[in-house]
Amino acid sequence: MGGLQKKKYESGAATNYITRNKARKKLQLSLADFRRLCILKGIYPHEPKHKKKVNKGSTAPRTFYLLKDIRFLLHEPIVGKFREYKVFVRKLRKAYGKAEWTDVQRIRDNKPGYKLDHIVKERYPTFIDALRDIDDALSMCFLFSTFARTGKCHVQTIQLCRRLSVEWMNYIITSRALRKVFLSIKGIYYQAEVLGQPVTWLVPYQFSHDHPTDVDYRVMATFTEFYTTLLGFVNFRLYQSLNLAYPPKLDVKAEVELKGKHEEDYAMDSESYLEKLAALSSSLARMVSTVEEEEAELDHFPAEGEDAETLEGREKQQKEQDAQKKLFEGLKFFLNREVPRESLAFVLRCFGAQVSWDKYLCMGSTYDVTDQSITHQIVDRPNADQQYINRYYIQPQWVFDSVNAKLLLPVADYFPGVTLPPHLSPFVEEKDGDYVPPEKLKLMALQRGERPEREEEEEEEEDDEEEEEEDDEEDGEEEEEMDDEELNDEKNLKEMEKQKSQGKALLVKVTPGKAKPENKMRTEQEEKAEEKRLAIMMMKKKEKYLYDKIMFGKKRKVREANKLAAKRKAHEDASKADKKKKKAKKQ
Amino acid sequence: MSVSHSEVQLNRTMSKAKGKSVKRQNAEEDEEQLPIFSHEGDASVDEDEEDLSDSEESVFSGLEDSGSDSDDDGDDEEGESEEETPSENGESSSTMVPSEKHPPANRTKDKLQGEKPPRKEKAKKGRVSMSEGGGESGKLEREKELTHQPTPPQGDEYEQDTSDEEDIRNTIGNIPMEWYKDYPHIGYDLDGKKIFKPIRNKDELDEFLDKMENPDYWRTVHDKMTGTDIRLSDEQVELVHRLQKGQFGDVNFNEYEPSVDFFTSETMIHPVTNRPQDKRSFIPSLIEKEKVSKLVHAIKMGWIKPRKPKESAQQYYDLWAKEDPNAILGRHKMHVPAPKMRLPGHEESYNPPPEYLLTEEEKLAWEQQDPEDRKLAFIPQKHSCLRAVPAFSRFIHERFERCLDLYLCPRQRKMRVNVDPEDLIPKLPKPKDLQPFPTTQSLVYRGHSNLVRCISVSPSGQWLASGSDDCTVRLWEVSTARCMKTIEVGGAVKSIAWSPNPAISLVALSFNQTVMVLNPGLGDKLVSSATDQLISSYTEPEEEKVQPVEWVAAEGKDHEKGVRLIINHPKAIRQVTWHGKGDYLASVMPDSSNMQVLIHQVSKRRTQNPFRKNKGLVQCVSFHPIRPYFFVATQRYVRVYNLIKQELTKKLMANCKWISSMAIHPGGDNVICGSYDSRLAWFDLDLSTKPYKVLRHHKKALRGVAFHRHYPLFASASDDGSVIVCHGMVYNDLLQNPLIVPVKVLKGHTITHDLGVLDVTFHPTQPWVFSSGADATIRLFS
Repeated sequence: MGGLQKKKYESGAATNYITRNKARKKLQLSLADFRRLCILKGIYPHEPKHKKKVNKGSTAPRTFYLLKDIRFLLHEPIVGKFREYKVFVRKLRKAYGKAEWTDVQRIRDNKPGYKLDHIVKERYPTFIDALRDIDDALSMCFLFSTFARTGKCHVQTIQLCRRLSVEWMNYIITSRALRKVFLSIKGIYYQAEVLGQPVTWLVPYQFSHDHPTDVDYRVMATFTEFYTTLLGFVNFRLYQSLNLAYPPKLDVKAEVELKGKHEEDYAMDSESYLEKLAALSSSLARMVSTVEEEEAELDHFPAEGEDAETLEGREKQQKEQDAQKKLFEGLKFFLNREVPRESLAFVLRCFGAQVSWDKYLCMGSTYDVTDQSITHQIVDRPNADQQYINRYYIQPQWVFDSVNAKLLLPVADYFPGVTLPPHLSPFVEEKDGDYVPPEKLKLMALQRGERPEREEEEEEEEDDEEEEEEDDEEDGEEEEEMDDEELNDEKNLKEMEKQKSQGKALLVKVTPGKAKPENKMRTEQEEKAEEKRLAIMMMKKKEKYLYDKIMFGKKRKVREANKLAAKRKAHEDASKADKKKKKAKKQ
Repeated sequence: MSVSHSEVQLNRTMSKAKGKSVKRQNAEEDEEQLPIFSHEGDASVDEDEEDLSDSEESVFSGLEDSGSDSDDDGDDEEGESEEETPSENGESSSTMVPSEKHPPANRTKDKLQGEKPPRKEKAKKGRVSMSEGGGESGKLEREKELTHQPTPPQGDEYEQDTSDEEDIRNTIGNIPMEWYKDYPHIGYDLDGKKIFKPIRNKDELDEFLDKMENPDYWRTVHDKMTGTDIRLSDEQVELVHRLQKGQFGDVNFNEYEPSVDFFTSETMIHPVTNRPQDKRSFIPSLIEKEKVSKLVHAIKMGWIKPRKPKESAQQYYDLWAKEDPNAILGRHKMHVPAPKMRLPGHEESYNPPPEYLLTEEEKLAWEQQDPEDRKLAFIPQKHSCLRAVPAFSRFIHERFERCLDLYLCPRQRKMRVNVDPEDLIPKLPKPKDLQPFPTTQSLVYRGHSNLVRCISVSPSGQWLASGSDDCTVRLWEVSTARCMKTIEVGGAVKSIAWSPNPAISLVALSFNQTVMVLNPGLGDKLVSSATDQLISSYTEPEEEKVQPVEWVAAEGKDHEKGVRLIINHPKAIRQVTWHGKGDYLASVMPDSSNMQVLIHQVSKRRTQNPFRKNKGLVQCVSFHPIRPYFFVATQRYVRVYNLIKQELTKKLMANCKWISSMAIHPGGDNVICGSYDSRLAWFDLDLSTKPYKVLRHHKKALRGVAFHRHYPLFASASDDGSVIVCHGMVYNDLLQNPLIVPVKVLKGHTITHDLGVLDVTFHPTQPWVFSSGADATIRLFS
């Protein structure tokens, strides 16, 4: 024995965590300041492994922070700034109360502010770290840049967000980094590959927001404060990496081109400059003006443990990517005024197209509708007054679908007024067993280079598919049939047995038997299934639980896929029936 | 015009005015008319009134306000009297000629113009005479005139002005008019007589006619103070127009006269005053000094800071110019990055494939679900074109929720187990390799009419005895499923056991409170007769012990049936079982308190009660096949007693709620227990008192378990209607644990009344298993 009795909760997990309230008291901050500090410094609560131990035996729901994190916050210079600000507010209020207006002015002028540069650096010690975490920053900036300039947040913030998002888009255009676009009901998702990191962001459609009342805009504003700082530095670095001037400047050539036309309409040069940048129609100025340098062919060295196949695969992927980058190269687009200009201009320019629009719609249009060299005009009206024969009139979805498919899709499906094919998400990667919509299958066939057949053939194909499906079903049925046979046999046997055992009026009859062909495969399978069943009986409780869970998940997946397939089939049947009816009516 | 004429008119108009006044009184609170003026009901006046449009009226009232504002206090009446412009007619009437001589006082700052009076006088001569008739009216009119009539030259001004003493028509002073609302008069004259209101009885039709016919209707206004209608003169109308336009009332007033400086703007050489300068203008101010010194002190102390240069917007630079590998601290490695937002699937598209759209029912279900339970946070929608896509109403919400997640949501690193479910299944030897074991149902023994509770096979393996709830015991030939004998007993047979000694043929069975030992008389006659002999050779001992049970030798009919011994117990018996040698017989009476287990010796017809104390409800008992051990299973434990030493050697914890059955491995070192909570526990007695393995392969309560005598097999029967045969290999090597592999699930019995298979037993030599079920059948699986 000997030694002191060890007290509970004085070591181990209990000392590693601290509750929020305690942390707040330790830092001597109000809850709002603490929240802001956590947001800026990226401190988040942790879920301890043994909550009860950490909570000193209580099971009350509490949020825990790591004690180390809180200690780390103690040394943050920004905490001092928060206090300064508090003092500032107090002084200002006092001066107001005394109606000392010169003091008020003086105090106002000395309003304390803070910078977040060091926090960005601290949170993201390397540039790649910052890039990895930039999704939310982008989404937030794009959202804030669409806010109206009244209420809710400072005008400067909105302007800054707009500026940063335009810079980002310009970078993506210049580096041709966009990979996927998706028109969802929430907004437009973009995915770009920046320095090998996939970056996804969501841009809302261009509508005014009806601001909900149950949203705390202070929280959002704090996040935005940090995100704008982060995004600014990231943009700077990215521009530098491309040898572009930051803050972005228009190419001299482009600037001259733009200038001549309707410069006089705009009062402020600085204002119009941002708008010209936001038009996304012209390229940016380089720091060192270089002739379009050809990218040097990169040699590929197989990494260790990589066989030729994967290497080949990688090369192929690389080629595909290069091809995708030049998808719209050489095409000339014109946007009608009813289509979302910014997103389309962004996407088209990302893949090397030339874009223009009505000059009254926005600044920066480079050519007119009347230009004869326009190859595609994007319209979103059922009956546009088509005037030019030498160009395609297409709906905007064509652009997005083509980008996702990495090839120029046949335009016939996208003519104005035509029922559009479904717009599929490029982010879904189907594993085997998942449901794949038939449109995706067609698309994959197109990508493999198979020619799309005409409609009749397509129908045939569909029939084929159906047949296949039916085959599958038949297989299932066969099994069932087999089962049925067996059942029948069993029934007969049972009856016989019954008669035998009851010994009543047994019709003793010998009939020539039939040699039953024994299905070896089948019996084998059955045996195996039974073996498995018996083995499952011997599982330990824990494992059995896990196994059941996994199997349940699998089954649910299958069920969902089947449900979708069934729904599709029902829909197709219905539409076919409709078609037939219409045909019949016509005749 | 003459007075008489006017009076005639008066009567006429009075009647009209009355009707009208009712209405008027509602609209404008105080409206009075002096009866004297009722003659004004002249056609002209009426017309005037009718022409007055609303706007005119309102404008006029506005005018009135402004007038009263501009007036001095003393002239309140004047303000009101502005309305009463027509009164000047009266004036003019009273002194038609003099009016030119005595223009009224121009108190109202030249609002009206000088040229008016003559015209008016012409227009309304009728009135003149009338007003002269009524003296007071004359006064009033005079007063009116004073206020309104404009501008004759100033010299005349005071000549006629007798306003203070004389004829003010309004004798009531400045009081609210509604006080006189209910009276026919308004005020009193000098003689103390009532001044009557003009009777107004214009109804709406009159009003309308007036409006239509009277060209001056638009310029007629109603005077509240006197209750008369007054026609505005041209000058007055012009004044109104001027004021409306915001011009000055007086035409002659020049707004833009050149201003004359009060003081000259030029600097003069001499001061205006000759006062010497104060001394204080030479001495520095003390107060200022104090103020300055305070400021200086504050600056010195650092209380006041100089204005900071305004910082321009955020400057960006290459933050990661020097990427320091040392900057990556432990915290960065410990950092749990927030998971990225889920990427959208096909269902989020603005134009998804049709199968992703929700049907009506699904939509309904979605709406009824709690927002947390929903699989999708939104309803998939299809839009025919991009133009038709609306704004997403929850966009800001979702972003905000993401923010909340980022800073509020506790994070924890969780290892995701990526397990192939096939790996979880234990690798067992194939059942094929473990043959022989029963695989198919080969025979069904029918004959019982109620559930068959118990079965037992003769040691030779040729005969099968079964006891049923239909109060019969049947003996079957195993190979043919033929019922050889049916013995009726006095109750539902709870337990039956064939004596394991092949040299004697005895079957013990229990029903109600009786254990019966019978000789089936099947098979070898010699054995049968030898058995009979053995039983009949019993001689009563000399000194008879007091036995807990009553031994009776069967006689007569019973004897013919094959019954040899009857042991009557005090309580209902649940189970009987033989010792391996076939002489001892144990019976279980769970209801009795201290004699739950009794051991009988058949050859000596003796009974012992081995346990004094009751240690739980005994479920079943069993003899060790080789050694002198006795197993007693209570609800949760199995106790193993050494019969020779008379002590408890082991207590096995079954880990289940209620043991139903028990079987001992022929080697004697392993025990299996079936329980009502559908578990089968295998105990290795050498290993532990806890189960070596617990199998949960049955879905319902276990009713019976059995070991095969030679083959490494055991079977369990359950209420789920199945018999599961397992391979249970026990090795002689103590280091090797028994191998337990389920090899076959035998199904055949149908479930009746929630009961499935009630008993199971193996054939002594063949790998066959018998099972008896609640469907009144016995089945043989081989």
